[in-house]
Amino acid sequence: MTEATPRLATYPLTRERAFDPPDELARRRAEAPIQRMTYADGHEGWLVTGYAEARAILADNRFSTRPELLHSPIPQRGEFRSEPLTPGFFLRMDAPAHTRYRRLLTGQFTVRRMKQLEPRIQEITESRLDAMEREGAPADLVESFALPIPSLVICELLGVPYEDREKFQRDSAVLLNLNSSIEDIRAAVQNLYSYLHGLVTMKAKEPADDILSGLVAGGELTTEEIGGVALLLLIAGHETTANMLGLGTFALLTNPDQLAVVRDDPAAVENAVEELLRYLSIVHIGPTRTALEDVEVGGALIRAGESVTLSIGAANRDPERFEGGDALDVTRSAHGHLSFGHGIHQCLGQQLARIEMRIAYPALLRRFPNLRLAVPAREVPLRSNMAIYGVHRLPVLW
Amino acid sequence: MKIKADTGRCIGAGMCVLTLPQVFDQSEDDGTVVVLDAEPSADVAPAVNRAVQLCPSGALSVEE
Repeated sequence: MTEATPRLATYPLTRERAFDPPDELARRRAEAPIQRMTYADGHEGWLVTGYAEARAILADNRFSTRPELLHSPIPQRGEFRSEPLTPGFFLRMDAPAHTRYRRLLTGQFTVRRMKQLEPRIQEITESRLDAMEREGAPADLVESFALPIPSLVICELLGVPYEDREKFQRDSAVLLNLNSSIEDIRAAVQNLYSYLHGLVTMKAKEPADDILSGLVAGGELTTEEIGGVALLLLIAGHETTANMLGLGTFALLTNPDQLAVVRDDPAAVENAVEELLRYLSIVHIGPTRTALEDVEVGGALIRAGESVTLSIGAANRDPERFEGGDALDVTRSAHGHLSFGHGIHQCLGQQLARIEMRIAYPALLRRFPNLRLAVPAREVPLRSNMAIYGVHRLPVLW
Repeated sequence: MKIKADTGRCIGAGMCVLTLPQVFDQSEDDGTVVVLDAEPSADVAPAVNRAVQLCPSGALSVEE
């Protein structure tokens, strides 16, 4: 018998290949889907790379998401647990506190409501494609397509002026940059929060037909809480889908047979989007949870107070759940992937994200059937330094 | 089969509606699950089971 692999010290972030999670995570999964990992502060916690184990933990309310209980799996974010929680930032709350905020919003993000947005999302998509055509090749697909579509949509939904995007896109990039200092993060949160808080105050005087005005009119949350809700939804609403569109297009361009399916077969698009979500798993790190009591998962006893970091990417490639999961296969049934999470924190905006992707990928590929990379694939700058993975830029020609 | 839905647990993710819209819907008010057909025909049983399995909050269950 070979000697056991030494315990992993902090979570690996370096990806050997553009579309695959770090190799170390696959090695660890083959060895033990749940195993000990040493955290940045020396805490002896856990790393979960197996699908069944990750899903079980996400569904289990004995695991908390509260920041003051979490140990950081990477050195860069060690000081976070002492930061006060922004009011209304319900991603970092447990039930029942979380439930109260989520319930006020779920009615706005139902499958039906999101379907009603289809014509508007199509219109936005076509206008971005028109602009690309007008301006001519080459273009950075992130700047001209992948970012503006979800950004415009979430701005309209929330009632945030898109013209203000420079104010919030810069700060939101600082928040997601894993190398940002705690001071930079504090300043970015402060900027974003005071901008959104001001906007919410204005909505009280001049309400419009948007989610923030609706929350103000509902009267159940304070202006401070609505500011925090806005902060969460604004960041979550455009960074995530934007990176799926950028990285997903890159993946399709390097897999031309799969690209042809998405371009030519409307009936295949729904499945293809789920597979791209599974295969690319853009949540680059975590989530991390902390056990509130002793819990047994996959034969491991996690003690109260111990942190558990999941790798969504490794779980979504677990051969026990997705056969041949290291390959992109847009015809496979990828349902059940964990890219939107699982349990009570599963992505609120997932039905919106699905519709945006189902519209945007085929529209892009049909408008520019000759779409191709303008630089060698290895020169595409990857977001290995960001909490949400993707491409910084995607230079394309058509 | 008989579908049971616990709206107290439901978080309105919409996975059931996405999976089987003829059986599941969401309330306009808070997005929680509305079962349109609690005893659907056997031919949709696989899709019902998938909806139960995909439900992130464990709000759905099925009695045979």
